[in-house]
This record gives sequence, C-alpha cells and structure tokens, in this order.
Amino acid sequence: MGAEELDVLFQERIDANEKIEPRDQMPEEYRKHLIRQMSQHAHSEVIGMQPEGNWITRAPSLRAKKILLAKVQDEAGHGLYIYSATETLGISREELIERLHQGKAKYASIFNYPALSWGDMGAIGWLVDGAAITNQVSLQKTSYGPYARSMVKICMEESFHQRQGYEIMAQLAKGTLEQKQMAQDALDRVWWPALMMFGPHDSDSPRTGNAMKWKIKRESNDVLRQRFIDKTVSQAELIGLTIPDPDLKWNEERGSYDFGEIDWDEFWSVVKGGGPCNIKRLNHHKKAHKDGEWVRKAAASYAQKHSKT
Amino acid sequence: MSEVKDTQGQLWEVFIQSKKGLPFKHAGSVHAFDKEMAIQNARDLYTRRGEGKGMWVVPADAIVAVDASDEESFFDPSNDKIYRHPTFYELPEGLKNM
Repeated sequence: MGAEELDVLFQERIDANEKIEPRDQMPEEYRKHLIRQMSQHAHSEVIGMQPEGNWITRAPSLRAKKILLAKVQDEAGHGLYIYSATETLGISREELIERLHQGKAKYASIFNYPALSWGDMGAIGWLVDGAAITNQVSLQKTSYGPYARSMVKICMEESFHQRQGYEIMAQLAKGTLEQKQMAQDALDRVWWPALMMFGPHDSDSPRTGNAMKWKIKRESNDVLRQRFIDKTVSQAELIGLTIPDPDLKWNEERGSYDFGEIDWDEFWSVVKGGGPCNIKRLNHHKKAHKDGEWVRKAAASYAQKHSKT
Repeated sequence: MSEVKDTQGQLWEVFIQSKKGLPFKHAGSVHAFDKEMAIQNARDLYTRRGEGKGMWVVPADAIVAVDASDEESFFDPSNDKIYRHPTFYELPEGLKNM
C-alpha cells in the first residue's frame, strides 16, 4: 500500500472518531505534531512546579503548605503521565529532556513570569489551572488514545487545583485592605498571560489546520479562550475583584463577553525567550537534572549488580 | 565501577485494581531501575487519591502484544463461530428462565 493510500485510510479512521493507538499506522507528520504538542505539554507541567515550589517554604499556614505541596506533586505527576504517553510514539525520555534543554522543545510561556506574592498562588491556581482545564477538557477527546487517557486523569485532579487557588483569592479578597490589594494585583498581572495560554488567534496559528483535521485539537484557540473568559468573569465578580480589561463587556447578541486585544508583541517576545524568567526556569531545570545524575547512575549500577546475582 | 550510562531507567507498565475483586486495568507506565523502585514510583504516580487496592508493574519489554498489522487476521477465527453466542439459537416461544 502506498503512502497516499495509507493517509486516506488514516483519515477515514479519524473521521469515524476512532482513537489511534501507539502501534497503529499513522502519518509521520501526525506523529511529529503529537510529539511536539505532548512534550510541550509535559514540559509545561514540570516547569510549572517552579513558580509554586518557590512558595512552599513561605506558605502562610501549615494547611496552605500541605495543600501547595500536594499540588506541586500533582504537577510532577501530570508531567510524568504525559511523558509516558509521548514515549509511546517512539521517542525516549532522555531525548525529550535533551530537546527541552537545547531549547528545541517549548513549554507554556505563563511560567516565564515570576510569582511575586502569595496572591499569585491564588491567581495561578484559579486562572492558570483554570485555563489549562479548559484546554485539557477539550483534549480528552483528542484522537491519540494515550494522550486522551492522560487528559482524563489530569482533569480529575486539576479541579482540586483550581478550587484551592480560588479559595486563596477569596480569602485574600475578604481580608484586610492590603490583602485585597494583593489579590487584585495578582489578578492584574496573571490575567493577560493566562489568556495568552490559549495561543495566537486562529488566523495566526499555522499548525491549527492539520491539528484540527487529525482531531488532535478538537476546538480552536479562540473558541477555548472565549469559553474560559465567559466562565471566569462571574467568579471574579463574586469575590469583588476586577478583571483588568476596560473593554470587557457582556455581548447580549453573542451570549459571550467581548474583550480587549491581547498584547501579541509581548506574547511572541516571551515565546521567543524574552520573558522575565525564561533563562532562570530553564537553568533551574538543567541544574536539577545534572544534580540528579549521580542518583540515576547509582540506581542503574545497583540494578545491574543485583540482576547478575 | 564501569561507566554507567545516564538514563531514566527501564520502562514498566502499571496495572491497577481499583477494588478487591475487580480486574486489573492498565493505568500507564513509569520509569524505574528495579522492581522495588518501580512499584513505589507507580504508587506515587498513579494512586495519590485512593485509586488502587492492588497493583502490578511489569517490565514493558516483557509484554507480548498482537502486531497492529496482524490484528484482523489474528482475531479472525472468532468471527466465523457465531454459534458461540447465545443469540444464535432458535428456541421455542414462551421459554422462560434461560
């Protein structure tokens, strides 16, 4: 069977909403697209531990500390679920990490912003995890079986993350004036980068075409972004915080909120490495990886020794 | 000590039994260097919320799977034995409790 014929058969399976499994025939471009998207997703979960991990020792109570520890551990777990799913496409864990370190693989730009206050722990859980959930709920229906299954498990766990973040925001918002200001300040800084998490406008997203055709993506960037905004606005209102967008307005006709234009220059600048923390985040990952090298070698050596006896 | 390569360890497949009496279901995979580490890593990764009452970890390369391209012919023998299904049989009307 020729490559073209195989591609037709593959598309028929996709159109019939069949899930593609690791050992199935698939176009090379489909495999490549998945490796790029899934590894970026996995790296985001892992790099995303840094801004929050930074606050574990400074959490305001033992309760808050335990919750944050559990959340950061979950993020590590999410990274590992998706790495495992990515490896089923025939790429090794070592190579995935190497590509991250070489800057060939990306991660979500949101983590290239600093987490400046305890309010950020609230805003990250509420908005960053909230945006991620919106995206991941949609990805539960992605065409690649292992990716879809990892999304189902992740979505179950993420709802705890979003609620813990919103609880922090609600607590701060009903606290002292300074505490309320801290929450508002975090919302002001995190709001726009959170909207950027959905990626460029559909019209500026060159890979969307194939991703939709192959049902890797099920809904477009703009549709998901709008959904996130529509469900988040009333959550802000409920705790008396103001979303930092003067153009935000309910549009009766569309049944959705109109909103202001995203600063795309900032978006592309952070994607290309110009964000406040790009270098710091990557260097930290490289260092942690290097510092763990002796542990991996010792474990390998121990396993080798014991497999002989 | 001979030079050991820096790797992420071997790949293990993880199977979880959510409740006693139920079958074990594939949950995902995990990297580890030996059995003990595999089962501990699998616990930390896949059962943080009481998902498991039982767990198996199996080296991924020990699993034998049907080749995707052979699937059709491999499972074909079951398709022509429809008499294995209870709906195949013509039974008198009014039959009860069967």
